[in-house]
Amino acid sequence: MDIHRYEKIWIGISLLFVLGLIATVTYGAVGAGVKTIGNQGGTVNPNDLQNTPFGNPGVRKVGPNHYAVYVVARQFYYQPGTGKPITVPAGSDVTFYVTSADVIHGFEVVDTNINSMAIPGEVSKFTVHFDKPAKYGIICNEYCGVGHGSMQGRLNVVPQSQFNLTEANQ
Amino acid sequence: MSTKQTYRDEFPETARAIRYLLAAAFVSVGVAGLFGMLQALFRTDYLRFFSNSDYYTILTAHGVMMAYFFTIFSLVAIFAWAVTRSLDRPFPNPKFTMGWVWLMIFGAVLTLITIFGKWIPGLPLKADVLYTFYAPMKASPTFYLGLALFVVGSWLAGYDYFRTWWSWKQDNPDERIPLQTFMALTTMLMWYLSSLGVAIEVLVLLLPWSIGIVKDVNPLLTRSLFWYTGHAIVYFWLLPAYLLWYTVLPKLSGGRLFSDPLARVVFVLFLLLSTPVGFHHQYLDPGISQGFKFVTMTTTMFIVLPSLVTAFTVVASMEHGARQRGGKGYLSWLRALPWEKPEFSAMALAGLMFAAGGFSGMINAGMNIDYRVHNTIWIPGHFHLTVGTAVGLTLMGASYWLIPQLTGKRLRLTKLAMVQPYLWFVGMTFMSNAMHRAGLTGDPRRTADPTYQDVSFHGIVGSMGEMRMQIALGGVLLFVSLLLFLAVITRTWLGERDGDIRVNGVIPPALSGPEDGPRVLDNLWLWMGIAILLVIIVYAIPFAGLIGQSGLFGSSPGVVPGWILSFG
Repeated sequence: MDIHRYEKIWIGISLLFVLGLIATVTYGAVGAGVKTIGNQGGTVNPNDLQNTPFGNPGVRKVGPNHYAVYVVARQFYYQPGTGKPITVPAGSDVTFYVTSADVIHGFEVVDTNINSMAIPGEVSKFTVHFDKPAKYGIICNEYCGVGHGSMQGRLNVVPQSQFNLTEANQ
Repeated sequence: MSTKQTYRDEFPETARAIRYLLAAAFVSVGVAGLFGMLQALFRTDYLRFFSNSDYYTILTAHGVMMAYFFTIFSLVAIFAWAVTRSLDRPFPNPKFTMGWVWLMIFGAVLTLITIFGKWIPGLPLKADVLYTFYAPMKASPTFYLGLALFVVGSWLAGYDYFRTWWSWKQDNPDERIPLQTFMALTTMLMWYLSSLGVAIEVLVLLLPWSIGIVKDVNPLLTRSLFWYTGHAIVYFWLLPAYLLWYTVLPKLSGGRLFSDPLARVVFVLFLLLSTPVGFHHQYLDPGISQGFKFVTMTTTMFIVLPSLVTAFTVVASMEHGARQRGGKGYLSWLRALPWEKPEFSAMALAGLMFAAGGFSGMINAGMNIDYRVHNTIWIPGHFHLTVGTAVGLTLMGASYWLIPQLTGKRLRLTKLAMVQPYLWFVGMTFMSNAMHRAGLTGDPRRTADPTYQDVSFHGIVGSMGEMRMQIALGGVLLFVSLLLFLAVITRTWLGERDGDIRVNGVIPPALSGPEDGPRVLDNLWLWMGIAILLVIIVYAIPFAGLIGQSGLFGSSPGVVPGWILSFG
């Protein structure tokens, strides 16, 4: 096939560029450790959340300096998160388990890269680390019905010394 | 003056079918454009005269009418013109052709009546589900049925292209497939393969569920089937624009296409790579393993390649045209191009904006960066550059050139037509740039009122107020540009047939013709076979897994219509 010399050079550069893009994503996943949400969270019966860990959503201590947070998204609030903020200590690992009890929702913590879909029947599992105390807002970023624009919550990262597991779940 | 007949005189019946399709496309884009401006003003809190609930109805109608009806009515029309023109023969059976034209129009009307049903007293129809209609949010059955009929119509359109080609091949057994026909056929093969996902989703799952025959659907399975089609459909919209950039834009620039074989290679690559990329819309979905997402990320990045090749060939063709017109220098040849002709400027500006949209798309495709932009207003900022401008503005430019050939009437209101593409470009620059920046603050998409008591957004560049003002301003400019376009087209269409239409449909041959490329490029069944194989490799195991986890009909939580407001 007859290809102009300049075009051959361009295609070569383009191929390198594509490989470079794939390399950056690979580095982000392997080097910087930014994992993509996968299927590790497993599935759950959305009609029977009562008999799962989501029957009593909230914060659990699961290891030294490691907490789990179970969140149920519903039209149009988070449980916990809306009304009562999700409270976790700074400097710890926090594993989120997020599901939905009705339609598909989003779970976005503004000013962070925490962002996940909440899908009925599926459990979204991801682990994050908060370095410093801060107050964040949570918003639903998937259209879920007429009240979607008001679906919001709060996430408070408090200093280790002020964190009390019982209070966090009250 | 050319003595060649216009397209309308040569193929009157096919031209009539194309006019019906384009009329349907223009009505769609007009209504959808008005809704787009109303949303921009509502969301930014400049003008609110309807409820939040109506906002989502208008958003549903905007998405469905822009992304499905304007694009697909236009593209089946463009392909109909391209196939019959390049094979120099009309569709064999005008009754069959008008059959699928009316089927598509009927499907579109049925879907729209359902969307607007809530405003019609006594009509028990609703579809506030947006154009992605994710289950378990449910619409009335006629919403899904209308879309299904519309898609079946597009399949029958493809059959018309293929059988016109088959009859041409009997008369020309040893010839290469003409380039425009090759492009239309490869695109339709891609569409047959990729539309299967949404066809199964709608016909097997959502329609029976909406009627009440089955109780539940599997939300993640239906969503994955949607995105199996949902990204490839983007290329279904885009490839007619590519066809125009490859075959019409060089002529409008005053020259010839640089390379016919590379154009074929590009369309083959799109046939192969368009479908096995859908999971990149689902990076943040639970229930799909990281490995499958990674595979999709690599196929998505490779689909950048045919677009980069296109950028070279199209720019080289334009430069060739400019030099034929006396252009000189490294860059000053750009001034020799016919920027005053709207059919040229629309396509050239569309191509320029597609470059910007392509770069924001590469960011979306990055699995780890996607956390930052997923479901924020960055995403509609991205696709208003790609489908909203690369496709939309190219189709408008093509209309200025094609409507005279299809109606036998010269273009009217040419001064307005001259301004229109530039106004679109400026409006989209304001709106899309601000949407991208607002997305980086976390501002969500698809939200009537993105102001929260508990949450504030912090602009990295600029303030939220300034970004909202630019979104509103851009939305208004785009609508004004659209009105100019519709005024020009309507005035032209209503005009007299008074002789010279001032354009001709002759397309000069490529500088490097099809004989410079291997014949295997024209082996459509070989490429289709490989495309099917790639889809099986990427999708078979994850789909088996999804069905294995929760079953075909899954366990969605009861019936939860999207319009029920239930706090606490």
